[in-house]
Amino acid sequence: MRDGIRFLLGHEERAIGTIDPTMTVLRYLREHEHLTGTKEGCAEGDCGACTVVIGELADDGIVYKAVNSCIQFMPLLDGKQLIAVEHLANEDGSLHPAQQAMCDHHASQCGFCTPGFVMSLFAQGENAAAPDRGALKDILAGNLCRCTGYGPILDAGEASVEQGRSDRFERAEEKVSNTLTTWSDDPGVEVHSHGKSYYAPSSADELASLYLEHPDAHIISGLTDVGLWVTKMHRTLPALIYIGNVPELKSIDLTEDAISIGAGVTLAEAHEVLGTHYPDLGELIRRFASLQIRNVATVCGNIANGSPIGDTPPAFIALDAQLVLRHGDERRTIALEDFFIEYGKQDRAPGEFVERVLVPLPEPNVSFGCYKISKRFDQDISAVCGAFSAKFEYGTVEDIRICFGGMAGTPQRATKAEGTLRGGAWDEATVRAAMDALGDDYTPLTDMRGSADYRMRAARNLLFKFFAETADVASETRVLDVPEAAHG
Amino acid sequence: MAETAQTSEKIHGGVHGVLVHDSAAKHVAGSAIYIDDIPEPPGMLHVHIAMSTRPHARIRAMDLEAVRSAPGVACVLSAEDVPGINDVSPVKGDDPMFAEGLVEYAGQSTFAVAASTIDEARAAADLAKIDYEDLTPLISVDDAMEAGSFVLPDYKMTLGDSKSALNGADHRLSGRFRVGGQDHFYLEGMIALAVPGEDSDVHVYSSTQHPSEVQHNVAKVLGVPEHAVTIELRRMGGGFGGKESQPSLMAGVAALVVRKTGRAAKVRLDRDDDMIMTGKRHDFRIDYDVGFDSEGRIEGIEYVQAARCGMSADLSSAICDRAMFHADNCYFLGNATIKSHRCKTHTVSNTAFRGFGGPQGMIAMERVIDEIAFTLGKDPVEIRKLNFYGGEGRNITPYHMEVEDNVIGEIIAELEASSDYAARRAAMREYNASSRYLKKGIALTPVKFGISFTTSHLNQAGALVHVYKDGSVHLNHGGTEMGQGLFTKVAQVVAEEFQIDIAKVKITSTTTAKVPNTSATAASSGSDLNGMAAQAAARAIKTRLIEHAAEAYSVDQDQIEFLPNRVRIGNQVVSFEQLAHEAYMARVSLSSTGFYKTPKIHWDAEGARGRPFYYFAYGAAVSEVLLDTLTGENRVTRVDILHDAGKSLNPALDYGQIEGGFIQGMGWLTTEELWWNEDGHLKTHAPSTYKIPACSDRPDDFRMKIWEKGRNVENTIYRSKAIGEPPLMLAISVFAALTDAVAAAAGYKVFPNLDAPATPEALLFAVDDAKARAAEASA
Repeated sequence: MRDGIRFLLGHEERAIGTIDPTMTVLRYLREHEHLTGTKEGCAEGDCGACTVVIGELADDGIVYKAVNSCIQFMPLLDGKQLIAVEHLANEDGSLHPAQQAMCDHHASQCGFCTPGFVMSLFAQGENAAAPDRGALKDILAGNLCRCTGYGPILDAGEASVEQGRSDRFERAEEKVSNTLTTWSDDPGVEVHSHGKSYYAPSSADELASLYLEHPDAHIISGLTDVGLWVTKMHRTLPALIYIGNVPELKSIDLTEDAISIGAGVTLAEAHEVLGTHYPDLGELIRRFASLQIRNVATVCGNIANGSPIGDTPPAFIALDAQLVLRHGDERRTIALEDFFIEYGKQDRAPGEFVERVLVPLPEPNVSFGCYKISKRFDQDISAVCGAFSAKFEYGTVEDIRICFGGMAGTPQRATKAEGTLRGGAWDEATVRAAMDALGDDYTPLTDMRGSADYRMRAARNLLFKFFAETADVASETRVLDVPEAAHG
Repeated sequence: MAETAQTSEKIHGGVHGVLVHDSAAKHVAGSAIYIDDIPEPPGMLHVHIAMSTRPHARIRAMDLEAVRSAPGVACVLSAEDVPGINDVSPVKGDDPMFAEGLVEYAGQSTFAVAASTIDEARAAADLAKIDYEDLTPLISVDDAMEAGSFVLPDYKMTLGDSKSALNGADHRLSGRFRVGGQDHFYLEGMIALAVPGEDSDVHVYSSTQHPSEVQHNVAKVLGVPEHAVTIELRRMGGGFGGKESQPSLMAGVAALVVRKTGRAAKVRLDRDDDMIMTGKRHDFRIDYDVGFDSEGRIEGIEYVQAARCGMSADLSSAICDRAMFHADNCYFLGNATIKSHRCKTHTVSNTAFRGFGGPQGMIAMERVIDEIAFTLGKDPVEIRKLNFYGGEGRNITPYHMEVEDNVIGEIIAELEASSDYAARRAAMREYNASSRYLKKGIALTPVKFGISFTTSHLNQAGALVHVYKDGSVHLNHGGTEMGQGLFTKVAQVVAEEFQIDIAKVKITSTTTAKVPNTSATAASSGSDLNGMAAQAAARAIKTRLIEHAAEAYSVDQDQIEFLPNRVRIGNQVVSFEQLAHEAYMARVSLSSTGFYKTPKIHWDAEGARGRPFYYFAYGAAVSEVLLDTLTGENRVTRVDILHDAGKSLNPALDYGQIEGGFIQGMGWLTTEELWWNEDGHLKTHAPSTYKIPACSDRPDDFRMKIWEKGRNVENTIYRSKAIGEPPLMLAISVFAALTDAVAAAAGYKVFPNLDAPATPEALLFAVDDAKARAAEASA
């Protein structure tokens, strides 16, 4: 593997041999490049003040992704283009259309969040596909502003979208593309510095053997969890293995009966296919986190980190997803629900890693619904996340799988409630009995996201909501506009 | 040819025009400089402030030896290292910079480490060994009330005889309402950069709304005269009251490191430390007992307000006073007794936050009105209108101030019509009758907010204006810029006075070296005070220019007129630049200070009566919500706002304050929940756990209007009105609409028990409770 990283800072090449592998992009920009337009608001990827844009090689040119620089480590920039707010202005120094629109619409007050908003709007503009106002709100869900109330920013977003793409990045795209293409021939890289090691293998086999050699290393991809171990918990991570350069893990494959998602696939990349087959799952992924997070966080990372909340695991478990684990050259496939043993403990041996998750395709007569309850709709962690998959036959429940996040130490099935429902009539009396049975399935905790009492009441009511949406389809049940739901 | 004033030509950037924020282009380019963006002086130390891990404990011993010998550490400071007075409080002397023998909240500053990097400083701090002897902590208002624990004496305001009025009333209601606190969540966290000067001088760049107080506290801590300390800042990345009293700690520590090491020092709190260490909006428990007639007219009311002040007084006295001053909102209460308890708890000392207690006092009043309306089966708007100030003998507040500028009736009438309130309310009831799981709610609530610091001596401001000999202008004043656009507005005033384009007016950093003894940029007073002070300074120079021109051109003074970017002197016209240059050559002083103090206000604290406010700002909002009764999830679906900004100095900036204030208020009352665990630790100390509104929480249907007839009856700067705080309280309509939706869930049979914030959890519990009570009632 190559030693040291190389990337484009704006349009300038940078080659760095020694750098702390856990140095964040934010700190690098501010402290090493003295580019202080990018701000730290929270150091945990939640406020978006640090938003920068990463240009990556794609099939048809460069794809631009807004990411949170506060939790991205420097080595991940290898082979990519890093764009900060200082790089946007035109060659003659005039403002970029996204910047100008923000001025014209009075969209900045204190200005501290502003560069982050500008970068989110800029990334959107670069990727064509003009969004409507609803989509714009999703694009900006990961940028918090405490001053404006957002209206002027949305107006600016709409105006800048109307202007279309005409900036120095469009003009330089071919050149940048050539540079990144040249670099892509040699993607494997390692960095050893500050007593820490970073490896970016470029094939699955290489990854498997590296991990066998370094079973104590942390496997990373989007850093939306591990990044916080450094920025919030101030931990030292001696060895990191980055899987983002492993092509085999970047694929989404449709098999006869499942959607097979590689460990390197981001939530943004999986959003469309999952949402197409399961609209509720698409909405869950949209609400999983902001676009900055979804752009880098992986579906499998959300599984492998063993969060008791997780959001995608409850939905996948309800759908009876399977997990492919790899250890050296050996693979095994297990039911996802068996992966979670208890809080903080998963069925994964040292040196073994999650390679893919297989999400079954929809079956006839099966209804699926999933619901995320949080204090705020966007960019929040669930208090309770409930997922339901039921097969109905002539008004009775042939089979049902119910899984909740936030109700136990792991995402866990509601076996008692399922038992109450299985084989019975899909009617209010049976459903109410199953709601009671949830009290036997779970003993939730009280914390800042919700009391035990609320979690239990909400969980019960989510089951009722699933019932209402399948049995009483005329009633409105959702306060958010949801894509066409796959009801009954 | 002589020109005349009839010309339609105007300067760019005068008052009342729409003008973009002066820093907008820099904000979007990332070139606006905040304190953390200032190039760091060579050898600068990074400082970490260590925090108490206990809410209430005696410190038996503090062993910092391992901290001192850790890699990179330059110095470690605790209470014994303070050469002056170990206090950074705004008023009472009860906020130790470093704990001395006792800690009174989890997060209190215990010592500080200065090291070459922040990572080293933080790692070193972890090596401290502190031996605590835990004491019983009081965390909530209830804890403090039960224990009789207060930071300040109780206070009372009385109008008439509430007891008799309550006893004689046809109807009587009483209840208890709780309203939560709020973290400011300014995007730029607390920061101070201190740089050594000659002698024992120190220059501190501080993100503060109150440079003079930071100066005073730094001098106090260092034991030096105030002249040895200069505080400077160009802008804050948000303040909202959070940077009024709190920045003294960070500045004091940074300055002390400078004193001890001779090196520059920076204290920058990360988000978690900031949220754990610094004060928030006070949460309140408010008991009410109201008597009213069968029409719904209030005859008497008694309030007992209990506020969680935290471990020290901070600004709680004035905050709790303001909660009392707004316990009436827009309504004549007839006979009122308002009692206030200022509870001492072992939590962070709560502080100023946009509205400064006013919102808490006001929301309780609005809830009382809603409950009266519910009891009588009437539309709450009807009860509101019935009780508005106005009419013979009905203009006196519970603090004996005559309401002289009341326009709420007009505003409400306009808004009721423009928002189509009545028809929408009726349609909503129909929807609710047929919708099983989702319920809609609507509410129209008014705002009357008193403008002036209620601590009368604070209502003063200074400015300094220089005209250079090329006609360009340097503007400085004691106000601070936190995003609200104060600097733009004051520059507009100066541009207007001189009749020059605003591009000729240089806006400069706030510094205690140019304008001394200033008040905080707070209480919505920034433009009122500093605008007038800058106007006075500009007028002083203008007067000298006129005197000079009259003499030099041998014309009467009334023959001199400032036209856009030029001056007519008799029959001649010269450019402003030329006149400035000529005046300089004639040895005329082109620099002036300006000073302003608010007239008419007075306050008798002992008698709890007087005129604490120069005037009132008014507004009203209608909010509509949609509630999921299975989960408590909800959305605000439409908002209509009509707000009185007087004659707005800059409608673009004022709309920014209205919308921003509303959304911030909406967050306070809905998703923003401060949560302490049983051990007295705040667990919501980052955006991952503390949820301010995001972009999608703003309703798409958001209609706001500045009231066209607005004009301040008092002689404020160009007849404008303060705009910083009042719009926050428009969001009370969201809470009232959610209450209405909960009532709908139980068939409007009971008045909902709902406290703020109305999180999904609080709403689901309220729905379940209302349904249970309704079932009980009909059983």
